[in-house]
Amino acid sequence: MSLPLAIAPALPLHAAGKYVAAAYVVFVVVILIYVMIMAVRLSRTERALVELNRDIAERDESARSAARDEVRPPGLDREPAPAGRAPGDSSL
Amino acid sequence: MPTYGRGLRVLSILTVVTISAALILVFFYAPLDANQGFIQKIFYIHVPLAIVSLCGFVFGGLLGVMHLKTGDRRYDMRSYVAIHMSLIFGVAALISGSIWAKASWGHWWVWDDPTLVSYLIVVLMFATYTPFRFSIEDPERQARYASVFAILGGAFVPLNFVAVRAAQGLVHPRVLTVSGGNLPGPMALTFLISLIGIALLYATLWKYEMAAKNARIQLRALRRRVLGDDDVSPLQRTAAPSL
Repeated sequence: MSLPLAIAPALPLHAAGKYVAAAYVVFVVVILIYVMIMAVRLSRTERALVELNRDIAERDESARSAARDEVRPPGLDREPAPAGRAPGDSSL
Repeated sequence: MPTYGRGLRVLSILTVVTISAALILVFFYAPLDANQGFIQKIFYIHVPLAIVSLCGFVFGGLLGVMHLKTGDRRYDMRSYVAIHMSLIFGVAALISGSIWAKASWGHWWVWDDPTLVSYLIVVLMFATYTPFRFSIEDPERQARYASVFAILGGAFVPLNFVAVRAAQGLVHPRVLTVSGGNLPGPMALTFLISLIGIALLYATLWKYEMAAKNARIQLRALRRRVLGDDDVSPLQRTAAPSL
């Protein structure tokens, strides 16, 4: 093969411009695709973080209700007696 | 665990400023090449991409050495990201070079030029890095074998470079030499700024991906600690390093 570079004439701007533009566009597009992929992964991480927060909140809530059940004395499990005279009350 | 996001903002700003300055210099300051005219402007993006990608492969190899030396799996992660980034830059260099070849030589590809073919061989070799990793299931073995691959590949890059330089009958122009090259001042300055810009872009994206991977790993560890192993689905087979 001869030396095409040495014999290649300078392309006029209207012909060369599209090639130069294409080379720079390729660079930008490759970087944009990369950033897009990273953005998708970032949103996935964010979703996982939200899920983890929700799981922790649910766990805390169930732990709190379990603690409340433990603290309450056994006698308080029954419904309180209604106000007023109870049937069979002979205090009068 | 280290935080890779530190300094990322400053690095990003520096990258944007340098690449913007490089683009201004390319189109408004660097003179037109007497031989190729406007087409030569591709040189300022194509050559820095190729140089940075090759340096990235060597960087990945050096990190592989660190992994084997220390046994610290974080070096494997760094090596993986360095090679991954270099491949992306390598593909961009191949495509931009191909466009330049078409405009300059009339062909998208010239098979008898050692520079082109050797660069393609390097990129194709590193393209097998990820499938190679994926083929090994055990994470410990995967990391170790991948480091050996990265070291061999990284060592191949400078050897390949020297071999190509020694080759005769080149079609590819030689503008950068040990004696300083034959670029005139304004072109050399523009090229230097472009090279720094692309190198900064590589560093920014490397840090960005490391920060993202680190965040995912920490999130998974936190999930396991808070919810227990049973509530966290096991890791699927992957080519990416898992700490």
